[in-house]
Amino acid sequence: MKLFRQHWLICGGTGCQAAGSIAVRDALKAEIQKQGLAEEIAVVETGCNGFCAMGPVAVVYPEGIFYVAIEVSDVPELVSEHMLKGRPVARLFYKEPATKSVIPDMMDIPFFAHQKLIALRNRGILDAENIDEYIARDGYQALAKALTEMTPEQIIAEVKTSGLRGRGGAGFPTGLKWEFCQKSPGEIKYVLCNADEGDPGAFMDRSILEADPHSVVEGMTIAAKAIGSHEGYVYCRAEYPLAVHRLQLAIDQAREYGLLGENILDSGFSFDLHIYQGAGAFVCGEETALMRSIEGKRGMPRPRPPFPAVAGLWNRPTVLNNVETWANIPQIIQKGGAWYASIGTEGSKGTKVFALTGHVNNIGLVEVPMGTTLRTIIYDIGGGIPKKHRKFKAVQLGGPSGGCVPEQYLDTPCDYEAIVKVGAIMGSGGMIVMDDSTCMVDMARFFMDFVQEESCGKCTPCREGTRRMLQILERIVEGEGREGDIETLEELAAMIQTSSLCGLGQTGPNPVLSTLRYFRDEYEAHIRDKKCPAKSCVALLDFVVDEAKCKSCGLCFKNCPVSAIEWEKKKPAKIDLSKCIKCKTCFENCKFDAIN
Amino acid sequence: MLCSGRAKIPQTGVKFREEDMAKLKISDLAKIKEQVTQATSLREGGAQVKVTVHMGTCGIASGARNVLNAVMEELTKSGRKDIIVTTSGCMGLCSAEPLVTVEKAGAEPIKYSHMDDAKMRQVFNRHVLADEVQTQWVLAKGSEQ
Ligand SMILES: Cc1cc2nc3c(=O)[nH]c(=O)nc-3n(C[C@H](O)[C@H](O)[C@H](O)COP(=O)(O)O)c2cc1C
Ligand code: FES
Repeated sequence: MKLFRQHWLICGGTGCQAAGSIAVRDALKAEIQKQGLAEEIAVVETGCNGFCAMGPVAVVYPEGIFYVAIEVSDVPELVSEHMLKGRPVARLFYKEPATKSVIPDMMDIPFFAHQKLIALRNRGILDAENIDEYIARDGYQALAKALTEMTPEQIIAEVKTSGLRGRGGAGFPTGLKWEFCQKSPGEIKYVLCNADEGDPGAFMDRSILEADPHSVVEGMTIAAKAIGSHEGYVYCRAEYPLAVHRLQLAIDQAREYGLLGENILDSGFSFDLHIYQGAGAFVCGEETALMRSIEGKRGMPRPRPPFPAVAGLWNRPTVLNNVETWANIPQIIQKGGAWYASIGTEGSKGTKVFALTGHVNNIGLVEVPMGTTLRTIIYDIGGGIPKKHRKFKAVQLGGPSGGCVPEQYLDTPCDYEAIVKVGAIMGSGGMIVMDDSTCMVDMARFFMDFVQEESCGKCTPCREGTRRMLQILERIVEGEGREGDIETLEELAAMIQTSSLCGLGQTGPNPVLSTLRYFRDEYEAHIRDKKCPAKSCVALLDFVVDEAKCKSCGLCFKNCPVSAIEWEKKKPAKIDLSKCIKCKTCFENCKFDAIN
Repeated sequence: MLCSGRAKIPQTGVKFREEDMAKLKISDLAKIKEQVTQATSLREGGAQVKVTVHMGTCGIASGARNVLNAVMEELTKSGRKDIIVTTSGCMGLCSAEPLVTVEKAGAEPIKYSHMDDAKMRQVFNRHVLADEVQTQWVLAKGSEQ
C-alpha cells in the first residue's frame, strides 16, 4: 500500500458536481501530475458533506483544512502553495457564516405580525392537492353543518350577520345578494365564482385557488344549499394554469368523496361544480359579460336590471361571488356571523386580502383586519420603500377602476367608505406602491391604455371616450400637451362615467380623475413647462448633467449600457447625446438627482 | 406549461383513505382528520421531520421546482423513511421565495427564504439530518397561527 502525505477529499455530491467539482478534481489531478506529486498526494472523491451551497468543497488531511467554492482557476495556487510549500490558501477557507444571534419568531416579524388570516388561513400549511389535509384542518365541517343543521334562511341570516361584503370590488353585501336570489322564483339556479382577476398587479384570487381551493368549493356548496341551486361554475382565466389544475383536482377529489355530486354527506342535497376557462378579457370579469361568456357567447355586458339574482346565467337566478368572498364563507358558517362581524370597522367587517406590489420591500399577499391603515400595510407589513434616496409618492388601489392615495391620506383605514372618501376604491385588492420616480400622468396613461384596450366596444362613451382620453394623455407625456387638455379630460371623464353601459366605462376615468385631484401640478408642468417633475417621461428629459449637483460618484458612468457617459474621478460626468439611447439607467442610478 | 411540467413532480402527498372510496358520511370527516393527524404529526415512532416546499406560481417562478427536486433526491439518498416531504401554496412573502419550512419533532418550525437547490441540499444534510439550523438563510421560526 502506498503511503500519501496528503489526502484531498473532493466532494462529488450532486450539489458540488453542479457547482463544478468534477472539473476541479480533474484539474487538481492534472496539476499534481505536472508537478510530480502523484506519489505523495492522493485525490479522493467523497459523498456529500452537507455544504452544498458552498460547493465545490474539499477537505485536506492530515491538516483537516476545509476549502469551499473552489474554482478550476484556484487549482495552480492550491498545488503550488498548499501542496508544495505547505502554506494553506486562506482565502478559500470556510468561514462561519455571520449567524444571526437570535432567530426571530414569525410573529415578531412585522410582515406577519400585522396580518390576520381568515381567507388565507390555510396558506403555506396544507398540500392543496390533497383533500384529506383540508379535512384535517376542519374542512367541510361548515358544509356538514349547513347541510344538516341549518335551513337556507338560517344560512343567509348568518352571512348577513357577518356583514361580509363582496371582495370583487363593488362591496355589495353578500347575504343580501343571496337573499334576493333565494327569493327569486325558479327551479334551476346557479352559483358562480368569479376568478377572472383582471386588474393589473392583482394576484389574490390566484393565490387562494392555488393554496386552498377547497375553501372555495365548500363556500360555493354552502351557498347552493342556501339559494336552492344544484349546479355551479368557476370562471377562471386560462392564464392561471396552476390554479385551474389545483381547483380541478379539488373538484375531482370532492366528487370522489361525495362532497360534490348527488346526496352530499347523505343529506339528500345535490350540487356539482365545473370550471369554465376564460380567455382573459378584463371585461369578462363584469358579471353579465362573465355569464354570457359561460353561455358560449362573446363576453359583453348587458344593461342591468334585470340583476343576475333574478335573471343570470341562461336567464336563471344566479349568485356570483368573488374567490375571496367564497373563501370566507366556511369560516363564517363554522364560527358564526357574529364572530366575523367582531373584526373590522362599522361598515366593513372581517379581513381583506391585498396583493402588495410596486416600490415596496416586501412584495406579496397580505390579509389584514378591516380598519388597518394603509400606512401599516405599506410601512410595517410592506417594509417601506426599497430605494433609500426615493420617497413614497402614492399608492394605487383598485387598479384601472380605482384611484391613488397620496402621502397625506396614508392613515386612511381599510374601509369601503373611508377609501372612497379619499378618491380611490377598496377594489379587489390590488395595491401598487409608487415612489417619487413615478410620473402620475404616465401612470394614468397606463391605466387608460389598459381600459381603452379592454373596452368591449359595445357602448360609444366607453369605446370612443376612453380612446380620446388616451390620445390626450399620450400627447401630454410626449410633451405635446396644450392648454385646455385638462379641462377636456375632465369633461370626457364625466361623460364616460355617467353614460357607459358597464362598470368598466363607468369607473375607467377614475385613475385620471384621482391623479388630477392630487397631482394636477404635474399635469400642468407637462403641458406648460414641458417638464416631467418625476423625471420619468423620456420625451421631456434633456439628459444633461447638472454640474452643481453632480458629486462625481461615477454611478451613471458605471451603469450606462452604451458607454455614452464620460467621467473621471473628481470630475462631473458628461453625457454624449449622440450615443445616448434615452434608457434612463443613469437617472435611476443617480442618488443626487443630478441629471435633467 | 406549468401543468405539463407537473408530471415530473415527485408524488409527495400521503393518501389516507385507500380502502373504501365510498361517499363520506359526516362521521367520516372526523376519522379522516384523525388519520391525517396520526400520519403527519411528528412524534415518537412516527415521522420525525416534515419539509414543506411552498409552491404557488410565485414560488415556482423563482425556482421552487428545483428546490423540491433537490430535497427529493437528497431524501432518496439518505434512505430515511421518517421524513415527510410535501408541498403547499404561497406563504404570502412572494419576494422571499422560494420558501421552505423544516419542522422537526419537538422543535419549532424553521422557515428558510430565498432557497435554491444547493441551499436546499445543505439544509437537508445539515439541518434535517444533522440538526444544525442553517441560520444564515433562516427567515423566522414558529408559525402564523
Ligand atoms: C370591468 C369589470 C371587471 C371586473 N372584474 C372582476 C374580477 O376580475 N373579479 C371579480 O371578482 N369581480 C370583478 N368585477 C366585479 C363583478 O362584476 C362582480 O361585482 C363581482 O364578481 C361580484 O362578487 P362579489 O360580490 O363577491 O364581489 C368586475 C367588474 C367590472 C365592471
Ligand atoms: S454535494 Fe458537496 S457538500 Fe453536498
